[in-house]
Amino acid sequence: MTTFKIGGVHPDDNKIYSAGCPITPVDLPKQAIIPLSQHIGAPAVPVVQKGDKVKVGQLIAQAGGFVSAPVHSPVSGTIFKIDSTIDAWGMRMPAIFINVEGDEWDESIDRSEKLNPVCRLSPKEIVEKIQNAGIVGLGGACFPTHVKLTPPPGKKAEVLIVNGVECEPYLTCDHQLMLEKSEEIMVGIEILKKALGIEQAIIGIEKNKPDAIEVMDRLASRRIGVTVLPLNLKYPQGGEKQLIDACIGRQVPSGALPIEVGAVVDNVATIYAVYEAVQKNKPLIDRVMTVTGKSVKKPGNYLVRFGTPLSQVLEVAGGIPADTGKIIGGGPMMGRAMSNVEMPTNKRVSGLLLLPEDESVRPEPQNCIRCAKCVQACPMGLEPYLLSKQSEYGLWDEMEKHNVMDCIECGCCQFTCPSFRPLLDYVRMGKATVGGILRARAASQKK
Amino acid sequence: MENLIVAPAPHAHGNDSVRKNMLNVIIALMPAYILSIVAFGWGALIVSLVSVCSCVLFEYLIARYVLKQEPTICDLSAVLTGLLLAFNLPSNLPIWIVIIGALIAIGVGKMSFGGLGNNPFNPALVGRVFLLISFPVQMTTWPRPLGFAGSYLDAETGATPLAAMKEALKSGDASKIADLDLMSTFTGWLEAGSMGELSVILLLIGGIYLLCTKTITWHIPVSILCSVFVCAGLLYWCGYPGAATPWLHLCTGGVVLGAIFMATDYVTSPMTPWGQIIYGIGIGIIVVVIRTWGAYPEGMSFAILIMNAVVPLLNMYLRPKRFGEVKKEEPKKA
Repeated sequence: MTTFKIGGVHPDDNKIYSAGCPITPVDLPKQAIIPLSQHIGAPAVPVVQKGDKVKVGQLIAQAGGFVSAPVHSPVSGTIFKIDSTIDAWGMRMPAIFINVEGDEWDESIDRSEKLNPVCRLSPKEIVEKIQNAGIVGLGGACFPTHVKLTPPPGKKAEVLIVNGVECEPYLTCDHQLMLEKSEEIMVGIEILKKALGIEQAIIGIEKNKPDAIEVMDRLASRRIGVTVLPLNLKYPQGGEKQLIDACIGRQVPSGALPIEVGAVVDNVATIYAVYEAVQKNKPLIDRVMTVTGKSVKKPGNYLVRFGTPLSQVLEVAGGIPADTGKIIGGGPMMGRAMSNVEMPTNKRVSGLLLLPEDESVRPEPQNCIRCAKCVQACPMGLEPYLLSKQSEYGLWDEMEKHNVMDCIECGCCQFTCPSFRPLLDYVRMGKATVGGILRARAASQKK
Repeated sequence: MENLIVAPAPHAHGNDSVRKNMLNVIIALMPAYILSIVAFGWGALIVSLVSVCSCVLFEYLIARYVLKQEPTICDLSAVLTGLLLAFNLPSNLPIWIVIIGALIAIGVGKMSFGGLGNNPFNPALVGRVFLLISFPVQMTTWPRPLGFAGSYLDAETGATPLAAMKEALKSGDASKIADLDLMSTFTGWLEAGSMGELSVILLLIGGIYLLCTKTITWHIPVSILCSVFVCAGLLYWCGYPGAATPWLHLCTGGVVLGAIFMATDYVTSPMTPWGQIIYGIGIGIIVVVIRTWGAYPEGMSFAILIMNAVVPLLNMYLRPKRFGEVKKEEPKKA
């Protein structure tokens, strides 16, 4: 069985609602709201002001540091204001508001559909171009890609692992991208291999996507050093650490990054964005996102410019069904439930899942029956029942000893629990507290 | 627009429930249960129904009126305790003794610790051992399987295979067990016995059902059976006077019932794979020790209860394998 070794669960696929739906562009909004923090790291700093006229692809905010990313305008028009606003999850964040006028693109961007397979840039130039294009991980974490491509001194990358797994139920945007843009993704893979100076790339695709496996395999077989690895279904195979274990059999040690075992992992959507940035000079201004759910009238995979209000995207998908209980940004296992759909889509949102009300309510938790199913399910080999109890009682030192910081918050434990206990909720709380304790300890040791 | 529900991830659930797991175990016990009704007739029916109903009733009453909590009898755990308790009893046990057993099993073995999930000892075994010590005569006279033709309280009794094995060990004379037919212990036609120890093959079928439905994992049953086999085998092949073959040990008494249904009780068994294996090995050793040198012919109940006490220690020291486990290097000397 080609899959990761420890733990994992098998949620219902539910990809049927949007699988195979061709990528469809969504109309431009009337006003685009572009957050300054669409990535891990310092927020971007605006370089425009109210009244400025901008074109599509123009830089509107520069990176706030090395671990940060610039933000480019996804629309053309006039800057309305730079203000803070509430995002879809109720958090206050700074954003640039642009009144949309027409669709004028920056002249340097190549808008043709023709494949550009040749890259003559040096590795350093490639990384710089990716950095300047604001590329971040589009698998959900939004880690600035150029940081991944710059291994710290002493660490060497050996293999590029392409994440075509899309393990979250319901989501199909990566799948559709692999079917429609396979050539471009291949070129992107070659560009990244060149940037990292490595010979080998492995494309991991789960076996519930046989058409994608076939398409990518056909292209990979014509190249040297690119192989497709079909993987047995298991959630969370798309998690970085689990994918590395499944593809090359190495487990990233606790607290370390994938580069420690010589691996760099990138999502196929990110790699497509790399192709567009390096070969077409197009910065990251849009992405494919899945809109899906049992009651959604027109589920599918939609190409959306950042800054478009989510309500507009939902209208295109046939409106919000009457029985909707939750609107989730992302998939059902790790996505975040939204409170406000007037807010914009951005680099972080890979999909919209509308769950009916009867699936949105949690049953009452019961006593822990010590069945150990959470222990069996945890892909990091932790003991969720224990961590959750320790968190309830505030035993932070104990949690640290029991490796709570290794938790990847995948949700397998809570998914499995027959007593419907909110295991992950407590573990997350503990993780946040222990994280704070560790940071305080590190800061006091530096003095 | 209607209000949206906001809650932390995950937003999906595997639809497992306590009730589903209890139901699976009850289903797995059905083949053996049906055989025991056919074999022991009215006695089996009465004892099992009284046991199940008393357990459910006591759990309801104690939860509602003593603990002042919402009763959870719908999760079927009391039903399962009642059934397993009945499996450990002779089918000619008077009703009042069965009721006392149920009261101790549920009241002391489970509810006194705070209900499901909080008890350290297997409730059915707590009830059974209490009855064994309080009513030794009634608890050690075993009816013969005469079906519905036999009577309930005046059932004809006989010697169980375990009693014969004990005799052989006491006297050092193996001829006493020479004519014990292994095949009949395997398929289920014993001279006499408790309701649950009749047919190894039907219990194994139930066990396979539990493994397929992922209700239990292989660690506990396999380690118990292997441990019993090895320990009994060592005695037998070293020529211990009167020792029975390891196969006979496996097929008699509550070994298979205990290995598959009693020791695998979620609440009282270890939480980690290695913990479960050591737990099973411990149970196997203790069973053979009690059977060989202890006062009782049957050791499974005591073995499980003793290892139940060790479980917290096993949970503490035998942790699951962590992802990316790296041995901490010795700090280099300057």
